[in-house]
Amino acid sequence: MYQYDQYDHLIIRERIEQYRDQVQRRLNDELTEAEFLPLRLQNGLYMQRHAYMLRIAVPYGLLSSKQMRMFAHIARKYDRGYGHFTTRQNIQFNWIKLEETPEILSDLASVEMHAIQTSGNCIRNVTSDEFAGVAADEIIDPRPYAEVLRQWSTFHPEFIALPRKFKVAINGAVEDRAAIAVHDIGLTVVHNEAGEIGFKVMVGGGMGRTPILGSVIREFLPREHLLTYIEAIMRVYNLHGRRDNKYKARIKILLKALGVEEFTRQVEVEWEDLKGTEQTLTLEEMERIIAYFQPHAYKSLPAIDPAAAHADNKAFGNWLKRNVKAHKVPGYAAVVLSLKKTGVPPGDATAEQMDFMADLADRYSFSELRVTHEQNIVLADVEQSQLFDLWQEIKAHGLATPNIGLLTDIICCPGGDFCSLANAKSIPIAQAIAERFDRIDFLHDIGDFELNISGCINACGHHHVGNIGVLGVDKDGSEWYQVSIGGAQGNNSAIGKIIGPSFSAQQMPEVIDRLLQVYVRERTPEERFVDTAQRLGIAPFKEYVYATPIETAGRLVGEDEYA
Amino acid sequence: MPKQIIKGREIVANDWTLLRAPEAAEGSTAEDAATAAEALTVPAGRVIVPLATWLAQRDALASRAAAGEIGVWIAPHEDPAALREDLPRLALVAVDFPKFTDGRGYSHAWNLRSRLGWTGELRAIGDVLRDQLFSMQRVGFDAYDTRPDRSIEDALKGLTVFSETYQASVDQRVPLFRRHARPTPAAGA
Repeated sequence: MYQYDQYDHLIIRERIEQYRDQVQRRLNDELTEAEFLPLRLQNGLYMQRHAYMLRIAVPYGLLSSKQMRMFAHIARKYDRGYGHFTTRQNIQFNWIKLEETPEILSDLASVEMHAIQTSGNCIRNVTSDEFAGVAADEIIDPRPYAEVLRQWSTFHPEFIALPRKFKVAINGAVEDRAAIAVHDIGLTVVHNEAGEIGFKVMVGGGMGRTPILGSVIREFLPREHLLTYIEAIMRVYNLHGRRDNKYKARIKILLKALGVEEFTRQVEVEWEDLKGTEQTLTLEEMERIIAYFQPHAYKSLPAIDPAAAHADNKAFGNWLKRNVKAHKVPGYAAVVLSLKKTGVPPGDATAEQMDFMADLADRYSFSELRVTHEQNIVLADVEQSQLFDLWQEIKAHGLATPNIGLLTDIICCPGGDFCSLANAKSIPIAQAIAERFDRIDFLHDIGDFELNISGCINACGHHHVGNIGVLGVDKDGSEWYQVSIGGAQGNNSAIGKIIGPSFSAQQMPEVIDRLLQVYVRERTPEERFVDTAQRLGIAPFKEYVYATPIETAGRLVGEDEYA
Repeated sequence: MPKQIIKGREIVANDWTLLRAPEAAEGSTAEDAATAAEALTVPAGRVIVPLATWLAQRDALASRAAAGEIGVWIAPHEDPAALREDLPRLALVAVDFPKFTDGRGYSHAWNLRSRLGWTGELRAIGDVLRDQLFSMQRVGFDAYDTRPDRSIEDALKGLTVFSETYQASVDQRVPLFRRHARPTPAAGA
């Protein structure tokens, strides 16, 4: 993985001094809260319901064991012993004191990490495929280009006060695991007919109030032009994106207003005299960065069937089926450690679990880990012959729930328990649903499933692209939940359709149950839930869900259990 | 004490008057504001006038401009390319930041320096604060009319926050990766 050189270290060090001074001036009242707000946001510090929340960047989701141990240290020293992995492959801590944030940043800098631009109206942490570099279906490793973008976008002087936040995702595999279609810029690393490397450039995807999938504005951008072309996109957006209404300020609205053709034309005109300038990537620089992402020193191993020696162990078999993914090197596999154990808020990990995962990385996986946008952790390079030992170890630490890609592998934002933007709680809904369907055979029968829950329209829980999406809404001061079906992420991204009037929290598990009943009744043998939902449309689901009243008195896990 | 600004990295006396149209009434449009600006009376001395004032009165102001008394300021929604032909006649160009969170002025500065060839004084006006000065300097500003309720000595510190930067901009046309031989993993390990 990438390692800081003297320049990275210098910039981060100077950043911490700048930020330390800003905090001091805020505490001395030399800065008003209104003036401090964008400064702290560009450092990932939010004011939440109970305390400050600090979001730390995990560039493109890649972590060393040392960095994971630092998270455990921060959780213990500055927080309440746990952290929350996010849908943007970052981690956030929810119980932070403002006065301590400069120290946290110093601790992070010691392991080459920071919180720069994890929030605010600027270019955010670039996200990517959690299986980058190891996926069997990978064409080109996207991480070097993500790192190039990280450096270029860090403190870009011209794009620090954009109309709104700006998210870039990059994928280099056949299957899109980075959800590029719902990003402001979605890049796919591709080869052209001549075999040269470049990018397919998609712009204007996003969720929030106006969910929309990105449009391709360029089929092939030679890779050396990556930065100048993105600069052109950014300048068009910075100058022409709406600033009068924050809900209409994302680039997707500009692109829609201009039309793809006109938007593309403006970008190309803007790019004309940028093309070929000094910011153009050199082959040396690309090769230098690529050198940091070379394959590990893999052993020469035979590919084996890891289930063969344990054919009678159904639990291990279930785990292999759901949590272990194909690796491009024979004899190796990628393992997903589930942070979706029933009873734990999705994406949360304790300090003990973080230390434990770091140890696992050291012993099983070249000391590296990845954070997934589904809020799980990946050990990307495990020898197949060690899978059974690994599984036995992680079971004892609550990380072996065999539910990756299943109904209970819920994407969920922190919601009203923590977030001051939320209209409704999301974690207790995820909890109640997970409890209701906590039967592994049933989950495996239902099969591939994406249940995504957001506590408000900002859609941090990606509800628009959930096969079932749940959105918390505020109606006359109480919390309700709107349900959509048929959304999907990946190569066949789709925005879900709302099935009808919203539900109370207590009704939600039953609503999900009824939707599943319709699926089980209507599915063909090959169909996943999303296929059935997209084939039939919402009508049969709607009819059945609303046919009879739903009990509202069910038990729901309360806020206090997580506070 | 006379009003001061930062020029380069020095605190100097401000010998320019900034001319703004009176605060627009509620419900008035950008066109109303432009009309008001067109009709403004330009006082004596060295004056920075709104773009609309300049465009409407450019002939009347020609001799004063020739004497180096006229500068023009640009609002976020305006396009500095409107000055393309006139730049050689101006003594100063300013870019307004009505709110520091509106970042259009950074791109205006970049365009003025990189595309319109403006080499004279480029001044940031409006909600100009210490924590934005470093970026302003990078995109080509060289003068800062900082907010009068804040210490200008403190603001000066904002210009020296970072000693290295990753990307190219107006102040440094060569990005870090072309300026320095950066280590490869083998050499760096």
